[in-house]
Amino acid sequence: MGPDDKNKDKAPRAKAADKAAAPKAGKAAAVKAAASKAASAVASKAASAVKAIKASRAAKGPAKAEDILNGAQAIVRFLKERGTPLVFGYPGGAVIPLYDALYDSGLRHILARHEQGAIHAADGFARATGKTGVVFATSGPGATNLVTGLATAHMDSVPLVAITGQVPTTSLGSDSFQEADIYGISIPITKYNYLIKDPADLLPALSEAFHIASTGRPGPVLVDIPKDVQTAALSYFPPKTVPIPGYSPSPKPDPEGVAKLAEAIAVSRRPLLYVGGGAITTGVQADLLKLAEGSDMAVVTSLQAKGAFPDTHPLCLGLPGMHGPKYANIAINEADLIVGLGARFDDRVVGDVRRFAPLARVAHVDVDPAEIGKRVPADLPVEGDLRLALELLLATISPERKPEWRARILDLKAKHPLAVPKAGKDIRPQAAIKALSDKAGDGALFVTDVGQHQMWCAQFLSVSKPRRFLSSGGLGTMGFGLPAAMGAALGHKGGQVYAVVGDGGFQMTLQELATVRQYGIPVKILIINNGCLGMVRQWQEFFNGRRYSETVFGYNPDFAKLAAVYGIPSRRVDKPQDLDGAVSWLVAEKGPALLDAMVAKGENVLPMIPAGKGQTDFYETEG
Amino acid sequence: MADRAQMRKIISILVRNKPGVLSHVAGLVTRRAYNVESIAAGPTEDNSITRITLVVSGDEQVLEQVTKQFRKLIDVIKVDDIPHELAMTGELALITVAFDPSRKSEIMNLVNVLGMSVQSIGLDSITLQVAGSAQRVDTAINGLYPFEIRAMARTGLVALPVTPAGAQ
Ligand SMILES: Cc1ncc(C[n+]2csc(CCOP(=O)(O)OP(=O)(O)O)c2C)c(N)n1
Ligand SMILES: [Mg+2]
Repeated sequence: MGPDDKNKDKAPRAKAADKAAAPKAGKAAAVKAAASKAASAVASKAASAVKAIKASRAAKGPAKAEDILNGAQAIVRFLKERGTPLVFGYPGGAVIPLYDALYDSGLRHILARHEQGAIHAADGFARATGKTGVVFATSGPGATNLVTGLATAHMDSVPLVAITGQVPTTSLGSDSFQEADIYGISIPITKYNYLIKDPADLLPALSEAFHIASTGRPGPVLVDIPKDVQTAALSYFPPKTVPIPGYSPSPKPDPEGVAKLAEAIAVSRRPLLYVGGGAITTGVQADLLKLAEGSDMAVVTSLQAKGAFPDTHPLCLGLPGMHGPKYANIAINEADLIVGLGARFDDRVVGDVRRFAPLARVAHVDVDPAEIGKRVPADLPVEGDLRLALELLLATISPERKPEWRARILDLKAKHPLAVPKAGKDIRPQAAIKALSDKAGDGALFVTDVGQHQMWCAQFLSVSKPRRFLSSGGLGTMGFGLPAAMGAALGHKGGQVYAVVGDGGFQMTLQELATVRQYGIPVKILIINNGCLGMVRQWQEFFNGRRYSETVFGYNPDFAKLAAVYGIPSRRVDKPQDLDGAVSWLVAEKGPALLDAMVAKGENVLPMIPAGKGQTDFYETEG
Repeated sequence: MADRAQMRKIISILVRNKPGVLSHVAGLVTRRAYNVESIAAGPTEDNSITRITLVVSGDEQVLEQVTKQFRKLIDVIKVDDIPHELAMTGELALITVAFDPSRKSEIMNLVNVLGMSVQSIGLDSITLQVAGSAQRVDTAINGLYPFEIRAMARTGLVALPVTPAGAQ
């Protein structure tokens, strides 16, 4: 989350408030209709509604007539007032009141074709903009279809609020139609969650939900709202502040710890910054540049951090770990100081904790104290907000150049370059991705799916700005790419959005082509079509004696023709000599477009450090 | 992992008294695969706050993680990990013991020696209560070995840090 979003979460933008007031006539009618509907609902829920109104009146003074809404209208008004630009979702029985309130509210809603598509889209929107994504779904199957998307956002610390309908409070717990305990289901995959049983709790919960989702280490929050809470009358007084005892999202770093870190960098001969997703959340790219350049620190960026430090910078070593370039991992091995910044030291980066960076002291700056020392013990821990920590660090440090280390870094990069393999009779997948990188231009934003193509994207796409490379890193969710790109494209202004997907993952959420087409969302899709589940096939080749169990597709449709059926301009390319022209076509298309690149089967992502191995235990292929 | 020393720790957590809090706490324990020996929850002096006491075992690194992960839960207001030697602890157990009527005086004797109280007594069974430190409860239960224990319920440990005055 960037600083913009922080303000946004506190006060709705004036512009959004204007827009909210615009369709007055329609609104008045809606309020009337809702009021009569609410009246009948109140009859049955009179007691609790009256209680709710009394409760908020007692606290805030008497309500005006227009401030009496039903729960669903309150949700929509709340979203509009806080400046929510759009929501993604899918209706159903338990959210009919919510969709009724939405109907003529002027709040923009994107109808996905599957709840998983809706939530990945909200996630992509959030990653691209730093604003909190919002998704609606109905109870039962609608809510359970959100599970993968919640877990995906949770693992990558993406600010999301999911609003689900639930069976009426009177039916809760009775296995009623389309009842699923999404509150219980989502506990381990959300930052926090709510089941609203009393209408009086609705607005405070929504305020809290957005606050929690977007502050500190961001994450998804789910608010489960029974249908009768949506129809109950309540007076509209959202709380201005949400004090949550014990929740201090962005603590100030301890100056003493920062001073120690400054000292450690000063005396280090071979310092290395290991930058994680926290750097994107806090928008610290300028400070990172200053810090790295001032002391000749090598920089590796985790998959989540790609773009937080320019890929084109001489000190940038790209992705550390399993599929990072050799020079990144050799540098980690040689460093005498590793400074983790908003990174998790996860097992795809650090395969073998005991053999990680044997010569280095490890510093770890993180807003989440639980990350510090979770996998790799920290010699220099700094708990707190990364932006504040870097500001303090830059104010404290007396930068000292380290020309020998800088020379070593440049030398490593020259010695072990990441190169696209020579063209054969088939298109090399790396070549297709490199071509896209070369042609896409400055404003481009890339979203990947999961698999080999994702790692080639990490290796060969050149990204130099934050929020321009979005990928499901922590959960590794196939099917993320297309819907997330859709959401990103609705948030990303002034540049094109590319979804680079595998033929496997694309087929997990390709129903969203209809959404792309309906709203004319300008997503350019590049399918790296190797006819197989390439990444799993690769592991089978390396570690399971080439027993390719269920990883080669016996049939794939012609994806270009499929896109054409959806009314999306498309092409297929299968000859190396046609690749350039085809990618240029994709880049030149104005609206949505799809390029199906038929690439060599059996190509492997290299270098590779097998799981659990040390930083320089590179897998050697035979022949 | 296996070569690291295993320890036990008492963790005392103050949480917002809201529905679902226990699910969040219990969920954390299972999903992070922590070893929890007991868990007890109950009201505090402030009725908006609940105290949950856990006895957790693991190596030092795991135990540090446990504390940090609990701190991260939104409903958690405060986490204290109390070293055993600085904890005032208490536990209560109810134990139903079977006895042959001919051994009634024997068991009554034992009950007195072990400092238990009688909750109810029938022809061939007796339900006893013991409260105090975990060690005291253990001692009482072990002391009943000549008899068959039919049913037992222990509350799990509750704890507070020793206050300076209380320590003297
Ligand atoms: C939802 C889901 N199911 C299974 C996997 C396991 N998995 C990881 S990569 C991969 C292969 C992906 O194939 P494809 O989308 O064609 O991409 P490629 O590796 O061929 O580039 C699979 C099956 C996953 N990551 N996500
Ligand atoms: Mg594939």
